[in-house]
Amino acid sequence: MSPEKMVHMANQIATFFKTQPGTDQANRVAAHLTDYWEPRMLAQLRGYVATGGKGLDDIVVKAAGLIS
Amino acid sequence: MKDFIIPKDRDMGTPAKAGASVTLEIDGVAVTVPEGTSVLRAAAEAGISIPKLCASDNLEAFGSCRLCVVEIEGRRGTPASCTTPVTPGMVVHTGSSKVGKIRRGVMELYISDHPLDCLTCSANGDCELQDMAGAVGLRDVRYDAPEKGVMVNHFEARNTSGEANPEWLPKDDSNPYFSYDPSKCIVCNRCVRACEEVQGTFALTIQGRGFDSRVSAGNAGDDFLASDCVSCGACVQTCPTATLQEKSIIELGTPDRSVITTCAYCGVGCSFKAEMNGDTLVRMTPYKHGKANHGHSCVKGRFAYGYAHHKDRILKPMIRERIDQPWREVDWDEALRFAATRMRGLQEKYGKKSIGVITSSRCTNEETYLVQKLARAVFGNNNTDTCARVCHSPTGYGLGQTFGTSAGTQDFDSVEHTDVVVVIGANPTDGHPVFASRLKKRLREGAKLIVVDPRRIDLVKSAHVAASHHLPLRPGTNVAVVSALAHVIVTEGLMDQDFIRERCDWDEFQHYADFISNPRHSPEATALLTGVDPAALRAAARLFATGGNGSIYYGLGVTEHSQGSTTVMGIANLAMLTGNMGRPGVGVNPLRGQNNVQGACDMGSFPHELPGYRHVKGPEVRKVFEEAWGVQIDAEPGLRIPNMLDAAVDGTFKGLYCQGEDILQSDPDTKHVAAGLAAMDCVIVHDLFLNETANYAHVFLPGSTFLEKDGTFTNAERRINRVRKVIPPLNGYADWEITQMLANAMGAGWTYAHPARIMEEIAATTPSFAGVDYALLEEKGSVQWPCNESHPEGTPLMHVDGFMRGKGRFIFTEYVATDEKTGPRFPLLLTTGRILSQYNVGAQTRRTDNVIWHEEDLLEIHPHDAEMRGLKEGDWVRLASRAGETTLRAKLTDRVSPGVVYTTFHHPDTQANVITTDYSDWATNCPEYKVTAVQVSLSNGPSDWQEDYAAQAAQARRILPAAE
Ligand code: SF4
Ligand code: SF4
Ligand code: SF4
Ligand code: FES
Repeated sequence: MSPEKMVHMANQIATFFKTQPGTDQANRVAAHLTDYWEPRMLAQLRGYVATGGKGLDDIVVKAAGLIS
Repeated sequence: MKDFIIPKDRDMGTPAKAGASVTLEIDGVAVTVPEGTSVLRAAAEAGISIPKLCASDNLEAFGSCRLCVVEIEGRRGTPASCTTPVTPGMVVHTGSSKVGKIRRGVMELYISDHPLDCLTCSANGDCELQDMAGAVGLRDVRYDAPEKGVMVNHFEARNTSGEANPEWLPKDDSNPYFSYDPSKCIVCNRCVRACEEVQGTFALTIQGRGFDSRVSAGNAGDDFLASDCVSCGACVQTCPTATLQEKSIIELGTPDRSVITTCAYCGVGCSFKAEMNGDTLVRMTPYKHGKANHGHSCVKGRFAYGYAHHKDRILKPMIRERIDQPWREVDWDEALRFAATRMRGLQEKYGKKSIGVITSSRCTNEETYLVQKLARAVFGNNNTDTCARVCHSPTGYGLGQTFGTSAGTQDFDSVEHTDVVVVIGANPTDGHPVFASRLKKRLREGAKLIVVDPRRIDLVKSAHVAASHHLPLRPGTNVAVVSALAHVIVTEGLMDQDFIRERCDWDEFQHYADFISNPRHSPEATALLTGVDPAALRAAARLFATGGNGSIYYGLGVTEHSQGSTTVMGIANLAMLTGNMGRPGVGVNPLRGQNNVQGACDMGSFPHELPGYRHVKGPEVRKVFEEAWGVQIDAEPGLRIPNMLDAAVDGTFKGLYCQGEDILQSDPDTKHVAAGLAAMDCVIVHDLFLNETANYAHVFLPGSTFLEKDGTFTNAERRINRVRKVIPPLNGYADWEITQMLANAMGAGWTYAHPARIMEEIAATTPSFAGVDYALLEEKGSVQWPCNESHPEGTPLMHVDGFMRGKGRFIFTEYVATDEKTGPRFPLLLTTGRILSQYNVGAQTRRTDNVIWHEEDLLEIHPHDAEMRGLKEGDWVRLASRAGETTLRAKLTDRVSPGVVYTTFHHPDTQANVITTDYSDWATNCPEYKVTAVQVSLSNGPSDWQEDYAAQAAQARRILPAAE
């Protein structure tokens, strides 16, 4: 997947959970990602975060850290 | 109704009524029927057949033929029994010599103006006029044409001296499926009433009076094809004579037996009688006892089944090393061995997760179940997805989050009890025609309609139906409109507090109420964005909240957006706010596209869910299947279709088994799909035709049609309907057998002998199907899941006393603009849809006479936008987006607002999906088909891509004859 597309998809998820009440947005984004993203997509995301995570929403960066 | 096959199909004469019991006596027999029942029907209930011609039990009584006259003690004269309601203690005589004489007189008059060529008539043996002549004992006809006078009949083209008869009219053969022969018409008016009452199209009228009365389609000078007729076949079915008759019957003769089965086109799931003459299918007629359609149909299910025998159908397996080679026909063994070896080889080289499957929403539940089992148990991964991904996956997510189950809440019958209907992003008269007919009937009875759609769909204004409010929103602003509706309901205090307190999470509701009351959600604040008049939106919200039973029906115009899942949750919020849940006439009803979208989702086609919507991460769920299948199940979700294609381009996904799907034509961003397919080393296409995807395939496994196999489909109301084998598979095997053979070639060792065995496995592993088996379906005809110990007869209405998940959840629905934005380069918004006569990618319907109604996809554009670009009706135009460009012809119409253009996607040459982009729903990756920023300009022919594509397709479709 192109990095732009991945960033776009991940940010879309973050955008939704940011509109939800509560304070556990990063956890919820992480939960959504582990529920729906295949391991190689998650690996790509983590790899991207590790190399700076340009363009990613902060919540996604946080969430990526929560995904084992 | 021509009731000559199945006795319980008997025509009872007038519609059934519900009401207090009334007892009367007919020919000495005591009969008890509901109040309001006609004497004709009461007699039929008692097994007494009163002759009739103008009455039929799917039409209101008309009382014109006077064949059904009876004598009633204490009443003068001989009333027509079809228009006479029963009264308590009434004493009726149906067979006195007096009424016998009247009936013979009536028949004599009819027959005197009817040709006596029964033996060669296409309706011979299937004609009510013939039957009635027999029933009343008509033995001679005394009326003669005056010797030298003018002709006084309608059926002879010329008199004996060769002069033309001015009363005679030629046959109208303009409709491809049925003919109208005016010379045989008895002017019983049944066709006119069927078109009005059953179909709701009002295409037919009786022109003229008395002897000059004629059935006429459309206006003077119109034939059937030119009229408003939508070819549903209701008039043909009700016509008691050969006047309106299927051409297939004229050609092949009348049937001698029939098999009940289910239409394989749309999610309405109409039941049909496949009528056979020997082993030839001569006609499909809608089955009266079908619970989704109650004896009605649309042009597709009724007539468009000829594709099964189309010359393009591939009946032999084929393989090739590389896609630039021609196809080589081989036997099944060789094809399966080739496929299995390649797939296993890919797994060895690139890992277990390098291959996957796409299940079909066209195939049966049993077939789908096997395909996902193939991925999970044989491939050893969760790489299974279905085309429901690209249509209703947001429904699954949204309704799952709010109500706890991923399905519509009602049955179709529910529409008969609704008072206010909201239709959002759906076009039922084209997409779900039989449901639309039932909806229109309810609207004619007085229910109110609110349409939320960028385009003025037919429902907004058609014969005897008009929407109270049409909110023509800008594509992509669904969430803003749905939230504004909720804002009005909450801020004006129109919600159903009792319902919310009892059935929903109250704390969550209060947070939600705060959120939605914020002025940024008000219709006035969002009007600039949505383009919807705030006053109209407020009025619509008030009507929905206060107008009685409110129901919401929605389609792909809701789901196929970046915020598709959010809109579904917003819709669920509206239903909960107004307490419209858990009884007839209300609810949230996704209108499913294909026949088995619901089933494909239920059967575990999604990469994160095992059958019954249970996430693969749950060890207890995996255990059920691990025990049943004797394998280890991967606990991590697999790839969704767009992810598979991405992974293919990245080089980590190499092999695909694609059953009954044409992803190249139907999925967005064609160029990306093509690149993904081209990067794979083994693409197995299992289909009826060499579809577009097959241009990139290495193995082609010929599929079977729904006429050629047993199984079940689950329609949009969760109804599990039987599909029954009518003819043997022309390709040799039913699709479930082919999947089994492929699995076994890969070492699975499956031994299913019949789809019933597969259903047993589904029932044993999936709680909502626990009570389903073929014996039950045989007995009940169909059941709606959940069907288990607590609901042994199935579940027509869901969430009656509580939501599946316990308390209903209100979820915040903040509008987020899609990133697909118009700008100077692409100033217009393209949205897509489909039309009645064609079906999705058109693989079937394009191979039937339905093409007469839709030869090509057109671009609808507002005259204002057209003028600015110098476009005229019928011009070739270039349609371009950031993804690609294509060309098609323009159609100028104010159905679309300025700034919005619209097209269908039925024809592969159009390549509408070259234009659509890779944006998708945030939660489910359901592609955003419904919003693409485009530019439109004059063009002089096909785009380069269209030409390259056509060349590649022609190259890829070459077939070498089999080496003997
Ligand atoms: S066409 Fe058939 S149904 Fe219609 S009026 Fe004539 S006989 Fe009756
Ligand atoms: S086929 Fe259907 S739409 Fe056409 S005239 Fe007959 S009833 Fe009306
Ligand atoms: S296409 Fe849909 S509405 Fe038409 S006959 Fe088939 S199931 Fe019924
Ligand atoms: S059937 Fe009653 S009047 Fe025709």
